[in-house]
Amino acid sequence: MPDVASLDTYSVILVWTAIAIYTLAFIAYAVDLSKRSQESIEQHDAAHSRQREKIGALSAASASSVDVVSHAADSSAAPVGAAKAPRRVFSRVGTALTALGFLMHLGGTLLRGIAAERVPWSNMWEFAMTGTLLIMAVYLGVQFWKDLRFLGTFMTGLVVVLLGASSTFYVAIVPLMDPLKSVWLVIHVFVASLSTAFLALAFGLSVMQLLQARRERLALVAAENGDGPKRSFLRTLPSAEALEGLAYRLAIIGFILWTFTLIAGAIWAQEAWGRYWGFDVKEVWTFIIWVLYAGYIHARATRGWRGTRSAWLAIVGFVAVIFNFTIVNMYFDGLHAYSGL
Amino acid sequence: MSRPSSDDAEKATPDGEGSKAADQSKMNPDSSDPRRPSDHFDSADLSASGASEPSGAVSPALGIVGWARWAWRQLTSMRTALVLLLLLAVAAVPGSLFPQRSADPNGVTQYQSDHPDIFGFLDSISMFDVYHSPWFSAIYILLFVSLIGCILPRTKHHLKALRSRPPRTPARLGRLADFRSETADVDAEEAIDAAAKQLRGAGYRIERYDSPARGKRPATRSVSAERGYLRETGNLVFHAALVGVLVAVGIGGAFKYTGQRVVVEGTTFVNTLLDYSSMNRGQAVAEDALEPYAMTLDSFDVTYQPPGSNAMSQAGDFAANVTIRRPGGDETSGVVKVNSPLTIGGDSIYLLGNGYAPTITIRDVDDEIIYHDSVAFLPSGDAQMTSQGVVKVADGLPEQLGLVGFFYPTVAELDTGAYASQYGDLLNPLLTLDVYAGDLGIDDGTPRNVYALDPTGMDRLTGGDTGVESIELAPGDTADLPDGMGTITFEDETPEGTDSALGSTESVKRFASLQVHHDASAVWVLVFAVLAVLGLLTALFVPRRRMWVKAVETEDGVELEYAGLARGEDPTLAAAVDQMAEKHLVGLGVTPKEPDAAAEPAEPDGARETVEPDGAAVPDEASDAPKEAAAPETPDDASDGPRRGDAAGSGR
Ligand code: HEM
Repeated sequence: MPDVASLDTYSVILVWTAIAIYTLAFIAYAVDLSKRSQESIEQHDAAHSRQREKIGALSAASASSVDVVSHAADSSAAPVGAAKAPRRVFSRVGTALTALGFLMHLGGTLLRGIAAERVPWSNMWEFAMTGTLLIMAVYLGVQFWKDLRFLGTFMTGLVVVLLGASSTFYVAIVPLMDPLKSVWLVIHVFVASLSTAFLALAFGLSVMQLLQARRERLALVAAENGDGPKRSFLRTLPSAEALEGLAYRLAIIGFILWTFTLIAGAIWAQEAWGRYWGFDVKEVWTFIIWVLYAGYIHARATRGWRGTRSAWLAIVGFVAVIFNFTIVNMYFDGLHAYSGL
Repeated sequence: MSRPSSDDAEKATPDGEGSKAADQSKMNPDSSDPRRPSDHFDSADLSASGASEPSGAVSPALGIVGWARWAWRQLTSMRTALVLLLLLAVAAVPGSLFPQRSADPNGVTQYQSDHPDIFGFLDSISMFDVYHSPWFSAIYILLFVSLIGCILPRTKHHLKALRSRPPRTPARLGRLADFRSETADVDAEEAIDAAAKQLRGAGYRIERYDSPARGKRPATRSVSAERGYLRETGNLVFHAALVGVLVAVGIGGAFKYTGQRVVVEGTTFVNTLLDYSSMNRGQAVAEDALEPYAMTLDSFDVTYQPPGSNAMSQAGDFAANVTIRRPGGDETSGVVKVNSPLTIGGDSIYLLGNGYAPTITIRDVDDEIIYHDSVAFLPSGDAQMTSQGVVKVADGLPEQLGLVGFFYPTVAELDTGAYASQYGDLLNPLLTLDVYAGDLGIDDGTPRNVYALDPTGMDRLTGGDTGVESIELAPGDTADLPDGMGTITFEDETPEGTDSALGSTESVKRFASLQVHHDASAVWVLVFAVLAVLGLLTALFVPRRRMWVKAVETEDGVELEYAGLARGEDPTLAAAVDQMAEKHLVGLGVTPKEPDAAAEPAEPDGARETVEPDGAAVPDEASDAPKEAAAPETPDDASDGPRRGDAAGSGR
């Protein structure tokens, strides 16, 4: 059995390997985005000459519509068809790399846990390691439900930055402090990190939504002026409205997990400190985040607030999550003094 | 994506004649729809949204009642709830920037001495009591008034809706986003009976609506089904549970008490108000309401990480071993640990802190003991347990004495000549004391902090610039007090029979700082919190939808139509309609044809959401080429034409 220190060293090496692989994934995804942007122009050129591309595709497939006649004669129909199912090689490479990086990351996190003989989420370095691991797990897992690979650049970028920056939080393995010896450490912190992962994905979608909404607005104006659309990878993405729907669904999962985090934290506080709520800074920020996301959910149901405004709320909410993890842990005094720094 | 222009669409209301706008979300709400504030995006009550322009909607002639009604509607609108929620979030921030009296009273005092110039101003706007401030209270009280004003009418409405029947089948189901049809050689009556049975089995509430042939219209039989009333129930439970949490906290506050007490090993504390060093109790807690018991701290355990390890000196495994005596005379022993409070009756006892309590004996010139006590020295915060304490000798000497000092469990001399503790456990303990003589200021009954000495009116006799050495004692040592007043002994408390060769780390007593907490409302808060989570899960994940199956007798056979309509967020509706149709057809012995590939919109996933209330958002391609988008429209009743929303985003 290797000693604790060398296990920990392997863990750090694995994590850095993961960061390197994620960086490669980021590059692959970025190339994919630039290809999409090129594609959007080709698609446009092809579609521009005649019909909306969809009608073309539909009629080509159904062979029952009048469109077919005119379309079949149209040589530009072929590229349209081809553009329909782009192979997206770089996107696939990006995802494969992300999955590989994830395995390294997972290995690093597990080793840390084995070396420490406890769950690897009890100081800032470990929170960051596990939190970003979960972000990647949720990102990869969500692909089975919906193809959200267009978020790849965003998510790998986010994780590289977060994990890279968190390396400054590195501390050697130390035994748990008494207040942390509790099943609630396992539950509360894990659920909080999982929630963060969902909220991170929702955050990425909300950012895309804002970009997409802006592009749609500009395209409308441009079309009114008779200008052609600009090249943009956004044109290959779902509409702003569809992005909003996806963001919302991920955000409500995150919100429910956060609600659970809040309650589990209160139960733990009751056990450890004899009161379930005491407006400790960390409690305050957990509450602020919860209220912000409740606001987001309401905004989605309020006339005049759907769309762009609610997206901004989701973004503010996630900024608060990151703030809570970094600034509050490091600079605010409170009972939650477990950053390990 | 193509969508029926609204003017040729039929209203999905009973008569079905000549009405329009059968859009997914514009469909007129009927009595079984949940009631929403007027500015809810799904609310059809457009006129009420005029409430945002008071001048237009309310003329002064409406008078007080009119204005009151308008104000109430404003307060209970979605927009107000949203703004209040956001305000609440913002208002909570300063409480994390400034120390709060309730959580960190010492921090407030510290802030006051660090920033005397702005302290007064900040204090006047409650920056140190944010969560009890008038402005914070105003926000959450308004929010909860709004909340109650919102849930009461909705609950009333929902109770009625729970008893209502599913609405009449729309005349033309083909207009709906999620629609399928199949022509088959079956008996219409049997088919609809089977559909009704299937839907009922799937948890739908159903109603049959048949209409005979009329003019050119063929006879139709249909079943209308609705499910997901639980969604609204969940929403109401969630919001009501929030009120429950607030009420439980509010009422509970009046009945709870929290007290702190420092107990030294071997001493006993009695659970009465007098015996606490500090006590907070709600208005409704009487003087004698405290649970009667006495508690002795038999011993206190702690372990320190050994020198040389990563976390050298980190302390852990704290355990206060106590014996509890109740009035009846029965004795029980228990352990208080971090994260594991001890419960006695309705009280919970928590371990908050620990430290050393050197036992000090003072004798006068005649060798008469005038003082003997174990004095808790408070840790100054480092892991090495350097501690600070005060000994006050009020009687027995010519003058009152105050001794201020440090205790180092493992002392070492720094290069500067100052002492510091190197380790948390008792490896090389040392007590240093400085003596002050004069008036302790305790005779007039003013309460004084036992852990601090106010040196005004006292003369310093040792240390500092007095030229007299401070007193330094190891356990077992005795020294002379200055001016020949007597002697002082630091008692060695090592238990008898300890093997001196092994050494001992028990030469000084320890103390535990305990908190006794009584709050019967915590359980209720938890119950409401759990209800809120359950409500939330139901409100967000139970789909509320309507389904219809209709049989129309045509010349080619019976045309079976299937359609679904989402009420609120419902991403899996399309799949549900397909599933229902397939199951039904298979049950009838009909081989369903594959869902038409042509109808699969070539748009990226999730595009179904482009169907939205006001049509403000233009689908992707359309926005790039709006004129073309207006082009071909699906012909009436074409069952295989592209329908908005087929399949995409159906979760497959
Ligand atoms: C104490 C503050 C409040 C909080 C924390 C809160 C939180 C939430 C949450 C988390 C949801 C989503 C769950 C669901 O759909 O049931 C929700 C929905 C809703 N809330 Fe609140 N709420 C609050 C106050 C209010 C008030 C004052 C109103 C009335 C104006 C209101 C009206 C609604 C409505 C109508 C929905 C359903 C939204 C939809 O259709 O999607 N809420 N609320």
